[in-house]
Amino acid sequence: MSRQLEFDIFRYNPQDKGSVPHMQTFVLDETENMTLFIALNRLREEQDPGLIFDFCCRAGICGACAMVVNGKPRLACQTKTVDLPERITLLPLPVYQLIGDLSVDTGSWFREMYQTTESWIHTNKTFDPNALEERMENEVAEQIYELERCIECGCCVAACGTARLRDDFLGAASLNRVARFVVDPRDQRTDRDYFEIIGNDEGIFGCMGLLGCEDVCPKSLPLQNQLGFLRRKMGITAIKEIFRK
Amino acid sequence: MQTYYSDLLVIGAGLAGERVAVEAAQEGFDVICLSIVPARRSHSSAAQGGMQAALGNCAKGEGDNVDVHFGDTVRGSDWGCDQEVARLFADAAPIEMRRLAHWGVPWNRVVPGKSFYFKGGEKFEKEEKEEKRGLITARSFGGTAKWRTCYTSDGTGHAVMCTMDNRCAELGINVFDRKEAISLIHDGDKCTGAVVRCLRTGELEVYLSKATSICTGGFGRIYKATTNAVICDGGGHIIAHDTGVVPIGNPEAIQFHPTGIVPTDILVTEGCRGDGGTLLDVNEERFMNIYEPEKAELASRDVVSRWMTHHMREGKGVKSAYGEHLWLDIRHLGDKHISTKLREVDEICHHFLGVDPRTQLIPVRPTQHYTMAGVRTNKDGAVYGLKGLFSAGEAACWDMHGFNRLGGNSLAETVVAGGIIGTKIVEFLKGYETDFKTAVVAEAVRKEQDRIEKLRSGANGKENVYKVREEMQDALMEGCFVFRNDAGLNKCIETLQGTLDKARKVGLVSDGLGANHELAAALKIEGQVKLGLCIAKAALERTESRGSHNREDYTARDDKNWLNRTLAYWREGADMPELQYEEATPGYEIPPGDRGYGGGSIIEADKAEIEAKMFKK
Repeated sequence: MSRQLEFDIFRYNPQDKGSVPHMQTFVLDETENMTLFIALNRLREEQDPGLIFDFCCRAGICGACAMVVNGKPRLACQTKTVDLPERITLLPLPVYQLIGDLSVDTGSWFREMYQTTESWIHTNKTFDPNALEERMENEVAEQIYELERCIECGCCVAACGTARLRDDFLGAASLNRVARFVVDPRDQRTDRDYFEIIGNDEGIFGCMGLLGCEDVCPKSLPLQNQLGFLRRKMGITAIKEIFRK
Repeated sequence: MQTYYSDLLVIGAGLAGERVAVEAAQEGFDVICLSIVPARRSHSSAAQGGMQAALGNCAKGEGDNVDVHFGDTVRGSDWGCDQEVARLFADAAPIEMRRLAHWGVPWNRVVPGKSFYFKGGEKFEKEEKEEKRGLITARSFGGTAKWRTCYTSDGTGHAVMCTMDNRCAELGINVFDRKEAISLIHDGDKCTGAVVRCLRTGELEVYLSKATSICTGGFGRIYKATTNAVICDGGGHIIAHDTGVVPIGNPEAIQFHPTGIVPTDILVTEGCRGDGGTLLDVNEERFMNIYEPEKAELASRDVVSRWMTHHMREGKGVKSAYGEHLWLDIRHLGDKHISTKLREVDEICHHFLGVDPRTQLIPVRPTQHYTMAGVRTNKDGAVYGLKGLFSAGEAACWDMHGFNRLGGNSLAETVVAGGIIGTKIVEFLKGYETDFKTAVVAEAVRKEQDRIEKLRSGANGKENVYKVREEMQDALMEGCFVFRNDAGLNKCIETLQGTLDKARKVGLVSDGLGANHELAAALKIEGQVKLGLCIAKAALERTESRGSHNREDYTARDDKNWLNRTLAYWREGADMPELQYEEATPGYEIPPGDRGYGGGSIIEADKAEIEAKMFKK
């Protein structure tokens, strides 16, 4: 016997002057292998075409569909309803600006982050199309890729105690981004340069160590290890700075 | 109304779009990129496998060079490609991969020493040379003579997309997300920008530009079973085709991938087979080695898809609630290989199937995957019919893929073509001036406002957009899939004509306010059905089998009559596309011959005619 699922969904469309924030309940019969991607699309196509939510790759690769599912930020596309109780509550991610219903503006947040962290390789070398590529140990390449696997879904920031308290906190995704460049030998920035970006309470010293970020990361990124790694590095840099003065 | 000006407007900010943008921005031009989603969510980022470039660094890639890559590409295309374009591509690919390394892509590198690899389920040994240590390495992919596919674990698209988007941030390129172009601004002669719907507010905006580039990826979503992201719905093709003067090149050339998982159609990478995975039937027995003794699972995608479909028709498929499927077996590759080199596959199996690929089989079947079809351009990426309009990547029919694309050539095309076409756009922009006619702009905006108003008020009718879409998807799955024939195509066309009528009578159920999805779907449904009709009509007319286009009633590749490319125009007010044809290639470096796999007979072209068109070296 298939279950009857009850979806409590947050509704608010800021572009509709008559809209007020509220919860709305939908009922749907569960089918085999149902994911929230399948369920939400069925709700929109069969019950309420005005329902606003985001999906893109629907395969857990792009990070578009993060939302708070029964209290926990996660990717809707890779959430199977069979793993949830009959009553499912869906809320938009906190921290980010609301676009409507379950859709939030992660794009603007992350683009601002690229500028803050200067998210690109800093080098004074120029590209020579006639030369062989610069060599790199495979292990190093894999180490960089390990940190570059972030899909910018925003779950870690939504689950972060500090980010919920103060909106200037960079969050785990940004610190992970900095770590990605720290381990990359092509980036010529020094620890002092990185200190300028993250050596403060908005950055590495603002983290309360609650581990919420790592708990919810759908890609299982080693976020806490990176925070620890950067905190040690920045701590040492801070001490060196004191002696320089 | 908000109006933005730029030298170059790039519609679509995936790899091709951003690569084009970077080239122009580096030359000091003002560039705006528009994207439906944040750039890094583009479908480019979903590509797991890798990018083909003849670097020849790894042991199994020794002796590789751009000529071998060119040859594989031409043979892979079943001689449907433009050989000048394939040559441009193969020559530039190695340089572009090195450039990406310079910009920050963490390519996997050569590790000297002995290691094992699998082929067709068997274990082999290879030894990498010390002198190649740390250079970009490669893996094996279907249809290629050498190991040539550069990769970063199984997240190549994601890694390259991150690097490219970082490069855009570094150059200060304006990448605006949640913006959807809904029509081009043009006077029938030249293109001067686009009317855009903001997907945050629902407001219309105007983007004026000297040059415009369509880089919106494929349109797999007009099929029901597709590996494509939900944004790959043909939006870019539709706004170009809607002008009436821009043709879709080779609409019948649609690729099907052998390994979409059942039931969600999510792709598991060809890397599974490249690394030694095998296909099994209901009896858990291999079959590709019977049909294709030499290449087996590594034959090109169209060939593998057809044999799979054939094998299921022979009663060897696995029955399931979602129809028949076959099995992909990667169990023998072992935990280490699966959890590092095929990690995405591991995750997909776990999250969407509840399957552990170390001990269990993966249910797969052929699924729509890639559109070789696209906005027809010349070799410079300039779109036929409108001055100032360009296109690159999967959205374009630049035509290095012809009738079948090789794995690893599409992701490579995004950046290689993006670089080449970006350079050509820079040449175009230098010394080009245009004028923006306010009457043309106002008329374009008014037309869109009118369209939206009619959808909201239901003035055209009350058809439900999602039902119309489903009818279109079902018709294409039935009539225009892996195998095609006269009766099926005729029926498909007849159905789609009815669907087109309904698409013109769609009315919204919701209010359509703000980031409303129903309105977005309604704005493109008519264009989607037209694309479907282009596919079906072109497939009906092409009475031969070439690459992915396979006619059960015309099984031979007919070089005598069909060594050409279809151009499908949709004239204003018409109910069917107008088909024209042009030669597949201006000349030949490699004369038409056997692909070396896939069987089938060839009706040969006139030898003297081909000889006369050989490029003189």
